[in-house]
Amino acid sequence: MQLTNRSKQVSNKEMTLAEKMYLPAILQGLGITISHFFKKKPTIQYPEVKRYLGPIFRGHHVLKRDEQGRERCTACGLCAVACPAEAISMVAAERVKGEEGLYREEKYAAVYEINMLRCIFCGLCEEACPKQAVYLRHDRIVPVFTERDNIVYGKDKLVEKMDDRYVRNNPSVQATPTEPSLSRSVG
Amino acid sequence: MDLTILLTKAIIILVIFGITLLIATYSTYAERKVAAFLQDRLGPNRAGPFGLLQPIADAGKMFFKEDFIPAQANKWLFILGPCLAMLTALMASAVIPFGDSIRFGQYEIPVQGIEINIGMLYIFGVVSLGVYGVMVGGWASNNKFSLLGAIRAASQNISYEVALGMSIIAVLMMTGSLSLRAIVEQQATTGFFGWNVFTQPVGFIIFLVCAFAECNRTPFDLPECETELIGGYHTEYSSMKLGFYLFAEYINMFVSSAVISSLYFGGYHFPFAAQAHDALVNALGANTGHNVATALGTVVFFSKIFFFIFFFMWVRWTVPRFRYDQLMNLGWKSLIPLAMLNVVITGAGLLFNFNYATWIVVIVAVLMIVVSSARAPKGAVAVQRT
Repeated sequence: MQLTNRSKQVSNKEMTLAEKMYLPAILQGLGITISHFFKKKPTIQYPEVKRYLGPIFRGHHVLKRDEQGRERCTACGLCAVACPAEAISMVAAERVKGEEGLYREEKYAAVYEINMLRCIFCGLCEEACPKQAVYLRHDRIVPVFTERDNIVYGKDKLVEKMDDRYVRNNPSVQATPTEPSLSRSVG
Repeated sequence: MDLTILLTKAIIILVIFGITLLIATYSTYAERKVAAFLQDRLGPNRAGPFGLLQPIADAGKMFFKEDFIPAQANKWLFILGPCLAMLTALMASAVIPFGDSIRFGQYEIPVQGIEINIGMLYIFGVVSLGVYGVMVGGWASNNKFSLLGAIRAASQNISYEVALGMSIIAVLMMTGSLSLRAIVEQQATTGFFGWNVFTQPVGFIIFLVCAFAECNRTPFDLPECETELIGGYHTEYSSMKLGFYLFAEYINMFVSSAVISSLYFGGYHFPFAAQAHDALVNALGANTGHNVATALGTVVFFSKIFFFIFFFMWVRWTVPRFRYDQLMNLGWKSLIPLAMLNVVITGAGLLFNFNYATWIVVIVAVLMIVVSSARAPKGAVAVQRT
């Protein structure tokens, strides 16, 4: 089996005088290394320059609101069931009169927590959600934590801010084959 | 008068000392930067602009580390090792002429630590002492890897010192002096093509290879090869003692670059130096003009040194380490006979007043290379023995 076309038959033939003197080979090598000295470096200076990771990168979780700003999540628990790392937990509550502007359905998640130490960013919660409520943002990563207490993300960190609505900049691209598009309205 | 001489000498020695240390410090930075660039990376760029504070951060780290002496080590020799390495490395730069001279009133002060007529011999003596630092440190560590590294260093340095000395004899024959200043002045009088690199190409290559070996630089860094000996002679060292060993290597590199530049590349001399000197004297007056010309020469000398330091690093990231038997074969079977041949041919050339005689060796070698590669079987691959 041939893996690459760069493999070379090893040879133990007698070296010629030029090879025994090392110098021609060394000069050749010096030429190769100095040509690399002047090449453009591929390094991206990470914290200052951030690379676009593609439209389907699975990063920071977001709990979507609908067009009128109501939370989509109904605390059905399918995401928690789908989660292979068991990172998601939630407490459901019933919507009372006067909260129609806050929650879309009669039932909502009073507590919705994702343990970021457990999360493996597989995107199965996104796939499981029947209400298009949970998404993994392609443009933001979960920051490095320094305090153990801060690593369980609650609704304060997860629910989408109205001034920072999340849209996939390429809605035709799907993270998973079964992912419903963000632009499609849900009846 | 005596006091004046003493004071000026003290100042010059302190300045040379400081410059040597500064260059050695920034050689560590340059090493990392050059290594990175040769490998398509960027190198240190976080500490200060372009990472320029990196050596200071490194030194700070070294100072704050635990200074550990192993229980079974010979304590005093263990301390003496890095001291010796540092001492000998710093001593060598005393006789190197960094520039012509500074005129100050009726005084004329050479830009040099000490002008002695056995300068080259002094450098050889000090460089040979340098192996004691490695040897003593490796032995005192009471560790088999350190000892192996030290033995390797000792045998390597002794082997290559022979070829180093032989290669220099040809230059000394042509100059007739052991003083480095006299060697530089002689190259200045004969002009650009009188530089010893043009009259002594073979000697230059031998000297260069031996200088790499003497500095324990790749491809001859067997004393500290990590794959076989962990860290070689400095395996047991930590904190600033290790720092001294690493530092001594860079100082040695600086000194050998300076010696190579003054022996073979005309030192502080540069093409049209005499004309530049005359023009400056005419324009600025005898003293100022002369001093400016000296400064120019010093700058040229330092740029030559920096080129060779760069060359040391360039080679380090190009050529892999030799095997031990290859090292000994190269030293004893190739370089020493070649150096002897070089001496003989130079002597014959001097007899007939022909300075470029050693080019014969180069021409013969090139012819032999061409013939041997022409006769080599093309594309034939021997069957592997199993």
